[in-house]
Amino acid sequence: MGQNHDHDHSEWSDMELKVKTLESLLLEKGYVDQAALDVIVETYEHKVGPRNGAQVVAKAWADPNYLQRLRDDASSAIAELGFTGRQGEHMRVVENTPDTHNMVVCTLCSCYPWSVLGLPPVWYKSAPYRSRAVSEPRKVLSEFDVSLPEDTNIQVWDSTAEMRYLVIPLRPEGTDGWSEEKLADLVTRDSMIGTGLALSPDEVSA
Amino acid sequence: MNGPHDMGGMQCYGPVKPEKNEPIFHGDWEKRALAMTVGMGFAGQWNLDVSRFARESLPPEFYLTKSYYQIWIHGLQNLMLERGLVTENELATGEMETHPLEVKRVVSADEMPAALAAGGPVAREPSAPAAMAVGDKVRTINIHPSSHTRLPRYARNKLGEIIAIHGCHVFPDSNAKGEGENPQWLYAVRFSSEELFGPDAEPRNSVVVDCWEPYLERV
Repeated sequence: MGQNHDHDHSEWSDMELKVKTLESLLLEKGYVDQAALDVIVETYEHKVGPRNGAQVVAKAWADPNYLQRLRDDASSAIAELGFTGRQGEHMRVVENTPDTHNMVVCTLCSCYPWSVLGLPPVWYKSAPYRSRAVSEPRKVLSEFDVSLPEDTNIQVWDSTAEMRYLVIPLRPEGTDGWSEEKLADLVTRDSMIGTGLALSPDEVSA
Repeated sequence: MNGPHDMGGMQCYGPVKPEKNEPIFHGDWEKRALAMTVGMGFAGQWNLDVSRFARESLPPEFYLTKSYYQIWIHGLQNLMLERGLVTENELATGEMETHPLEVKRVVSADEMPAALAAGGPVAREPSAPAAMAVGDKVRTINIHPSSHTRLPRYARNKLGEIIAIHGCHVFPDSNAKGEGENPQWLYAVRFSSEELFGPDAEPRNSVVVDCWEPYLERV
């Protein structure tokens, strides 16, 4: 599966045309409503994205009671912050520890926790990631410039069902007493997939 | 189906190439492809598992070389063609030639935020207690159905341990065939990397696969 956008230009303009043709047909047949389709695009382009998940992680770091609620019932705890909906109906958090690093994949398609991370990046849906995340996660992490200590266990979660996984990365050192808002700036999308780590205070102030 | 979508453990696709500062969409057509795929899902003419099987059934040379939104659009077209919602000629010209079929639901713009927020939960009331418990050692079954399944090839006939029970969920293997939801208990099963990928696997790793009860036998 293509992971880059080096498709030749004619293929891309073919798709523009094909998709326009399809949409006008579906509208004429009355199967969909154009303004409703616009709402879908608007939602995933501007409203739902990894800032949602970053708020969940920051709150989990700052508030032990919230972390416990996430462990007990992540879907409800995440819904407390207003994040619900498609591809987030059945949430579970997986917590990184000094011993164990978690990483999420969908080897069979493109399952991803939309409600907290938005739409998946191209690489997440690509053959290289889907094929190798389960069999050689350490090598895959090196392709994201992530290097873990030799003795860290890597636990990979293959999203074969409708459970959607959100990684709680390790809280960076030097962040004691930080507000949730400030902590959230350290939480990258990739750190919540497990292909990255949370940023250090130096990295955000730099 | 043992198709091109079942990628876990393949070694032929090269390194992962994350795109720096990747935009959410790489062109307007991707936005419309997303919107139509989600929008037609609300029309209620197929379920999630049927739509996944439609994508898996695309020709391998297509599946392996196209972008995911192209796969979505072609999967969507095939689902509509199979049901007579559109014809080949209509897809080619964009001109309506046959009467529209009645669909279950057309979501309006006003209704869409609530419809997206509601999502499509798949947890169901169980008809029997879970047959297995956390800590149980299990072996996945060895199946190769030509229909839809969510038991990946790399995890078939492997020894693992149940580490969580997720609840009772719609069973894709039945639901994709139009045989009803047939809800089954769903477990998180952990396998060691050596069990899955042999003695040369990266040490100390494990993979957790969500498995419905029919995929498992207690050891």
